[in-house]
Amino acid sequence: MVEEILVTLRANEKVDPTLAIWGWEVPLYLYLGGLAAGLMVFAALTVLQRRDEQAPFAASRAVLWAPVVLSVGMAALFLDLEHRLYVYRFYTAFEPSSPMSWGSWFLVLVYPASIALALAGLRGGYPVLAALLTRAPGGAALLDLAERYRRPLAVANVALGVCLGIYTGILLSAFSARPFWNTGLLGPLFLVSGLSTAAALIVLAARHHHAEKTLFTRIDIGLILTEALLVALLLVNLATGTRPQIEALQAIFGGGHTVSFWVFFALLGLLVPLVLEVLELRGVCLWFVAAPVLVLLGGFVLRQVTVDLGQQSAWHRYEQGYDAALIERLREVGR
Amino acid sequence: MVIDTRLCIGCGDCVVACKTENRVPDGLNRDWVVEATRGRYPQLTTEFRSERCNHCSHATCVHACPTGASHYWGDSNIVLVAPEKCTGCKACIAACPYDARLILHPDGYIDKCTFCAHRVARGLDPACVAGCPTHCMHFGRTDDPASAVSRLLASRSHKVLLPETGNEPNVFYLG
Repeated sequence: MVEEILVTLRANEKVDPTLAIWGWEVPLYLYLGGLAAGLMVFAALTVLQRRDEQAPFAASRAVLWAPVVLSVGMAALFLDLEHRLYVYRFYTAFEPSSPMSWGSWFLVLVYPASIALALAGLRGGYPVLAALLTRAPGGAALLDLAERYRRPLAVANVALGVCLGIYTGILLSAFSARPFWNTGLLGPLFLVSGLSTAAALIVLAARHHHAEKTLFTRIDIGLILTEALLVALLLVNLATGTRPQIEALQAIFGGGHTVSFWVFFALLGLLVPLVLEVLELRGVCLWFVAAPVLVLLGGFVLRQVTVDLGQQSAWHRYEQGYDAALIERLREVGR
Repeated sequence: MVIDTRLCIGCGDCVVACKTENRVPDGLNRDWVVEATRGRYPQLTTEFRSERCNHCSHATCVHACPTGASHYWGDSNIVLVAPEKCTGCKACIAACPYDARLILHPDGYIDKCTFCAHRVARGLDPACVAGCPTHCMHFGRTDDPASAVSRLLASRSHKVLLPETGNEPNVFYLG
C-alpha cells in the first residue's frame, strides 16, 4: 500500500481536502448562460421558420430575456471574482488557449446580436417598450433597421446561441486536472440542457397560448430524451475512463452526491417532467406549471452537481495529517 | 529543481524559509512536505518530499488563464502570476493537477511558488534550496548539460509527480 501524509499542512481550506473554489455563482452563470443560449436559438428558429403566429412569445418576446438572464449570470460571475476591480483585464488580452478568454470575447458578440433581434421584434412583442424607444432620437430608425435585417440577425442568433450553449460545458471540460469534467460530452449536454430550460421557460410564458405551449412542450420532450441519453453516455464515458474518473463517479453511486444527482436531477429534473409533459399532450390535465418549473430547477441542479463533483475529483489526494489509527491498522495487517 | 529524497528528513525548513522570504500570508504555504509510506508493516519504506508548484513545461494553469496573468518568466519554465492582470477567477487553481496554487493573496490575486524568481534574477538559489539543512535540494537549468542538476539527473534514478497528466513538471525527485 501507499499512504501519503502531509507533514506540513497546506492549511488551505479552499484546496484541501478537496477543491472548493467555486460555490453557487459559477453554476448559476453556466445555467443562465445555457438558458440565454436556448432563448436565442428558439427565438431565431421561430423567426426563420415564419412561425410568428403559432409561437408569438418565442418569435417576438423571448430573445429580449436572453441578455437579461445572461446579465444576471454575469453578475453572479462577477461576485465570484476575487480581484473584482481587475475585471476589465478580461478585455485587455485574448488568450487562445483559455476557454474563459474565448467566452469573454464571445459575449461581446452575443449581447449586440440578441439585443438587435429583440429590437426587430419589439413592435410586435413589447409595443409599450417600442413606443418608448420611438420617442428617443433615432429610436424609430433603429427599430426599422433591426426589422429590415431580422432574418440575418436570426441566423446569427442561432449560430451564437449554439456556441454559447456549448461553451458553458467546454468551460469545464477543458480542465484536464479535474477528471469528472474532462469529457467532451459536457458541451453537448449543457447545450441540450440549456435548450430544454429555454423551452420550459417559453411554455411557462406562453401558458395561455395553446398552439405555442403545445409546440414547445413537444420540443421539450425531445430535448429531455436527448439530455437523458447524453447523461447516460457521460456516465458510461466516465465509468470506462481513467482511474481518477472512475473514482470521481463514486460520488453519485453511493457517495455524497447520490441523492442530489439521482433524485433532484435525474428523477425530478428529467423523468417526472417528461411524464407530466407526455400526459399534458395526451390531454391529462395535471398542474401544468409543474413540468416546466421542474425542468428549470433540474437544469440548475445539473450545473451545481457537475461543478461540485468536478472540484471534488482530482488526480491525487493526501491524507490530512498524522493518522494514529492508520499506524494501528498497518500493525494489524502485519500481524 | 532537483530534490534528493534520500537526504530529505522532512524537517519543514524549506516551508519556513519560503514563508519568511516571500512573506507568505498566515494560514497559507507555497510549499509543503509530504511523508510517503509504502509497503506492509513491518517492511515499510518512507520517503519525504518537499513539494511546490512544479513549474511545468506544459503548464495547464498558464493555458487556462484568460488574462495572461499566469505566464512564463522570460525564456524559463518558471511560472509566475502578474497581480495587476489577475482577476481572481480561479481558473488556474482548477487547472492545476497538483493543487499547488494558493487560493488568494490578501491583496486579491492568486498566489503561488515563484521559485524565488527575484532571487534567481540575482544569481541566488530559491530560499527553500538555500535554507535546506541537509542540502537535499538543487536548483539550476536542466537544458544545460554541465549544470549540477543535469549531472544529478544523468547519474541518479529520478521521478516527477503525476507524469501521466502530461504537464511535464520540472521538480524532480531523486530516489
